[in-house]
Amino acid sequence: MLQRLSEKLQDTFGKLTGKGKVNEKDVKEAMREVRLALLEADVNYKVVKEFVNNVKERAVGEEVLESLTPGQQVIKIVRDELTQLMGGEVSEVNFSDQPPTVIMLSGLQGTGKTTASAKLAKKFKKDGKNPLMVACDTQRPAAIKQLQVLGEQTDIPVFSMGDKQHPADIAKGAVEHAKKNQMDVVILDTAGRLHIDEDLMTELREVESSVEPHEILLVVDAMTGQDAVNVAERFDQDLDLSGIVMTKLDGDTRGGAALSVKKVTGKPIKFIGTGEKVDELEVFHPDRLASRILGMGDVMSLIEKA
Amino acid sequence: MGIFSKIKDGLTKTRRGFVSQIEKLLTGKKIDEEFFEELEDILISADVGVDTTLKIVENLRQRIKEEKIKDSETVNQVLKDEMKDMLMQKDKSLTPQEGTPKVSLVVGVNGVGKTTSIGKLAYKHKQEGKKVVLAAGDTFRAAAIDQLQIWGDRVGVDVIKHQEGADPAAVVYDAIQAGRARNADHLICDTAGRLHNKKNLMEELKKVSRIIEREIGTPPHDVYMVLDATTGQNALSQAKLFSEVTPVSGIILTKLDGTAKGGIVLALANEMEIPIKYIGVGEGMEDLQDFDPDQFIDALFANSGENNEE
Ligand SMILES: Nc1nc2c(ncn2[C@@H]2O[C@H](COP(=O)(O)OP(=O)(O)OP(=O)(O)O)[C@@H](O)[C@H]2O)c(=O)[nH]1
Ligand SMILES: Nc1nc2c(ncn2[C@@H]2O[C@H](COP(=O)(O)OP(=O)(O)OP(=O)(O)O)[C@@H](O)[C@H]2O)c(=O)[nH]1
Ligand SMILES: [Mg+2]
Ligand SMILES: [Mg+2]
Repeated sequence: MLQRLSEKLQDTFGKLTGKGKVNEKDVKEAMREVRLALLEADVNYKVVKEFVNNVKERAVGEEVLESLTPGQQVIKIVRDELTQLMGGEVSEVNFSDQPPTVIMLSGLQGTGKTTASAKLAKKFKKDGKNPLMVACDTQRPAAIKQLQVLGEQTDIPVFSMGDKQHPADIAKGAVEHAKKNQMDVVILDTAGRLHIDEDLMTELREVESSVEPHEILLVVDAMTGQDAVNVAERFDQDLDLSGIVMTKLDGDTRGGAALSVKKVTGKPIKFIGTGEKVDELEVFHPDRLASRILGMGDVMSLIEKA
Repeated sequence: MGIFSKIKDGLTKTRRGFVSQIEKLLTGKKIDEEFFEELEDILISADVGVDTTLKIVENLRQRIKEEKIKDSETVNQVLKDEMKDMLMQKDKSLTPQEGTPKVSLVVGVNGVGKTTSIGKLAYKHKQEGKKVVLAAGDTFRAAAIDQLQIWGDRVGVDVIKHQEGADPAAVVYDAIQAGRARNADHLICDTAGRLHNKKNLMEELKKVSRIIEREIGTPPHDVYMVLDATTGQNALSQAKLFSEVTPVSGIILTKLDGTAKGGIVLALANEMEIPIKYIGVGEGMEDLQDFDPDQFIDALFANSGENNEE
């Protein structure tokens, strides 16, 4: 199904670029295809609406239709607006000048927080840091064991106080431990939770106020559909996120959730997960995902010439 | 909490949800373009997907025209019937032979809730007085075996396991023998989460399925694909590719205790004719329910926008 849409889209854009003259109806038709492509890619429908309206307005409003290459101009507007939405620049972790830098991972169940903890720790270690992973998930069966196994695999120490202590106390204990042992990055793995679970969201805020992390990252599964905005909005409200980690982009999902999450929180996507192994983490490049969402790798290269 | 976790308090609230959504759509206006557009928005925001949404709306549009429907009550009913028709799919489970437990293979992409759902299913069968054995077929993910063992202990059922890194097909083979020897009614096999586009991992799954077939003489009696309700359009691709490897007999839709509606199962049922069997509504042992299409459709329309609209 996605294949078909992507082909259709390329068709439409092809027509648009091939044409000498483009009228309002052509633009409308092309934008209908763009709208469908975005919805099929799981971009939130409200974000889609706004996006399509913006493009239409610009395309019809500016001198586009009178220009020599109206088709290219419209496509260019689509690309510009999309890249803008994705948040332009690359953004990474901000390290504190008073170590340890504390990084807290949060998110719904099963999104990839524990895996991302190990991936980040491994990356920091490679960059010459001395990281500590902290088992603040006292809920999920074998969560601590999972982090410990990952710790062994990466040869990175794991701080745990079992599953009977409050995660806020565990976090505090971990930061003290890090200070004593000259560890400069502390990564808190927290339990998965629903954004509407008041008790568990309160618990997370307690962790936050106990150690005041320098980075609070929301881990989002790239396959998430329309609900991504509700989740991101709520986590951001409660925790004031500093960024997002998008996982499981090694699948065949378009990953439109990224766009929605970026749009509603305004927070940058910092890393993407591209596999289950601990080294499968990449720094996020907005432009690449932008073309993936529209499923238009070929069209993108077409635009480059516009 | 979400709609489904409130179900114990009765369905009135969600029922009202559906009716009032449709009424809200219709009050003070005719069944016009705007109505259909808003309906489209509701369905799309529930992850039903463009194609299936358009199909539902088109069918409704036609019936309203043909049957000259004017009142919201009837529109409401017709719409629900359309959607229910889509969800009603033939049961595909196979029946085990004498002396063999019913073998269920649980598959799905990473982190959707396979292991947890197995724990819940085991609990459910045990409550029904059945004997259950679990197979720790995820030998890959860190502490996956420990996780299943904790569930086994919690529910009070045996877990057949090997070491981390062992061949999952060998674990499942042993579990079938153990299931027979122990006179189990159910054998439920956990598998590692895998993305459907990874050829080698899908080959491994095929091998597990083949071993089962060789041992019990038929494909697995049930192949459940576990689907996270927050999943968007990618679910279609998941269902297609998993079905190619081992024909999926039913969906377990998890995490419906959140705000996600899981509307993509309409598309799955409609396009792939896969029935939805169970829903997961929490992380506890008892948080598994039989799928009820009426309830599901009501929930799809209930408080739609509660978290969207400020
Ligand atoms: N393919 C793929 N799998 C991933 C990725 N990140 C995590 N996973 C897998 O997703 C599943 C869940 O990952 P976890 O790290 O346990 O997720 P979590 O958010 O800690 O889960 P909870 O603690 O239960 O909320 C595991 O099977 C991981 O191996 C990724 O980038 N790609
Ligand atoms: N809220 C909620 N959480 C659930 C539900 N089902 C599972 N979970 C949680 O989702 C997370 C992942 O569940 P698992 O059972 O480990 O998922 P899995 O598919 O076995 O994961 P992998 O083996 O890593 O692929 C855990 O934190 C579970 O507690 C549900 O119905 N509702
Ligand atoms: Mg975890
Ligand atoms: Mg599992």
